[in-house]
Amino acid sequence: MIEFQAVTKRYDDGTVAVDHLDLTIDDGRITVLVGPSGCGKTTSLRMINRMVEATSGTILVDGEDIRSQPAAALRRGIGYVIQNAGLFPHRTVLDNVATVPMLLGTKKAVARKRAEELLATVGLPPELARRYPSQLSGGQQQRVGVARALAADPPVLLMDEPFSAVDPIVRDDLQDELLRLQSELGKTIVFVTHDIDEAIKLGDRVAVLRVGGKLAQYASPAELLANPVDDFVASFVGRDRGYRALGFLSAHGVEVNPVPTVAVGTPVADARERLEGGWAAVVDDAGRPLGWVSEVVLSTLDKAVTATDVVSGGSLYPVDTGGRAGSLRAALDAALSSPAALGVAVDGDGAVVGAVTAESVLKALADARRAGEVPS
Amino acid sequence: MNWVSDHLDDLLAVSLDHLGLALLPVLAGLLISLPLGWVASRWRLARRILVPVTGILYAIPSLALFVMMPLLIGTQILDPVNVQAVLTIYTVSLLVRSIADTLDAVPESVLAAASALGYRPIGRFFAVELPLAVPVLIAGLRVAAVMNMSLVAVGQLIGVGGLGFFLIDGVQRGNYASIVSGIVAIVVLALVVDRLLALAGWSLTPWARTGKGARR
Repeated sequence: MIEFQAVTKRYDDGTVAVDHLDLTIDDGRITVLVGPSGCGKTTSLRMINRMVEATSGTILVDGEDIRSQPAAALRRGIGYVIQNAGLFPHRTVLDNVATVPMLLGTKKAVARKRAEELLATVGLPPELARRYPSQLSGGQQQRVGVARALAADPPVLLMDEPFSAVDPIVRDDLQDELLRLQSELGKTIVFVTHDIDEAIKLGDRVAVLRVGGKLAQYASPAELLANPVDDFVASFVGRDRGYRALGFLSAHGVEVNPVPTVAVGTPVADARERLEGGWAAVVDDAGRPLGWVSEVVLSTLDKAVTATDVVSGGSLYPVDTGGRAGSLRAALDAALSSPAALGVAVDGDGAVVGAVTAESVLKALADARRAGEVPS
Repeated sequence: MNWVSDHLDDLLAVSLDHLGLALLPVLAGLLISLPLGWVASRWRLARRILVPVTGILYAIPSLALFVMMPLLIGTQILDPVNVQAVLTIYTVSLLVRSIADTLDAVPESVLAAASALGYRPIGRFFAVELPLAVPVLIAGLRVAAVMNMSLVAVGQLIGVGGLGFFLIDGVQRGNYASIVSGIVAIVVLALVVDRLLALAGWSLTPWARTGKGARR
């Protein structure tokens, strides 16, 4: 557990970066510090490993004052991932990862062995081990940064806007990877970002800070979206927060109706028979969705339905992801983004099991509200 | 060519002498410049003083410094240290600014990461900042080494000049073979030392010749 007790950081020029911050960070969870520039989120993070020294107040890690040991020793026990990865350009990937164990006195061969394992843990192929950072992509560098932070197996991981400098698609991958890693490792992660979507995706709890270093709200993402404590949080959380809040509600009550499907290779005439409401979903041999066909599409085809002639479909709604129903957001988005206004529902193998409509999602939401399942 | 073969032993012995006169100052200059450059990169005020002051030393004519040196450091007129001290000053003058600049150029995220991983300032300097400065250091050392090779000869005007002896002596006796041999020996030494330093830099920086920034 990490505790901030009335922590203040005032710089020599009088600027107050963090103002009487009280915050308790749970073990084994991802806690996100989020806020606009100048809200003191990075300063707060850096005070935990004393990269920045607090002006007043106390920070405890597992009940122990962080000032009770030398800063360098404290830092070797706390993982740190920085924006742009901050890899050492003159060391190979492997030696970058082995840095902290070597500082702690681990033998080189042992540290490198451990580093090799970590590369696999963060999803990097072993042949990258002998390369230098400049030979890696931004996303790969960031993964090496995470591996390096994990090398000495620290219980606490500090992540300072680690994914802000990579492109959105890679960022999405890295976020998913972090969640996967965390489900295996169960570290105490403190994550700083200015991106509220990232905060909501990654955080078990999210601390919203306002300019001047004051804590505005500290809550779970669902709570933050449902009940922002004031106008600042509401506007920071964003305009479509009502929609995004659906991401935290299970769609188990949404009715999944049968959907007309046409296998690839079906003769055009047979396919025409199967259209309902003007549309049918095209599936491959395993029943996975490829897109949609309509009367208009079929009229341009001579013989059979092919995979290339379909109208591309919308997002998919996974009915069952590892024993859990997908979210209302996934269900609604599937319905809204489908050309047929039918959200394709798929099972764990990706095969079509039916379809949902926007109306059925909204009805399920209303039912959940009545049953008191929606936080208010 | 007869003169050369007759004096080959002399030429070789004096060449070694010349190397010592020229290269010891490079080493001394490096050892002095590193802390100065580090201080200059760390504190703005130190930089404002150190960089211009060491830079301006280069503007003082070598002959003037050679002559003044016994007065400044209390050595004998013919002491080789006079020459070496002057060349050390020039080396420092060349290196301080570039060391300060290259240490400044280490990306902030790399330094922050090094500190956050638990390097103490001195450890970080030797593990991260110094290795990253090697390409610039080698470039500076090559310039200083070649410069010193030729400047040593000027020292012959105060009696300590390594291969400069063959130049001055040759001029006085009208012995062209001696003059040409001295010049050729100096140039060859300079080229060899320059290549050796380049090779050392190359082998020390495998990371600098990878990927996009590949250089020879």
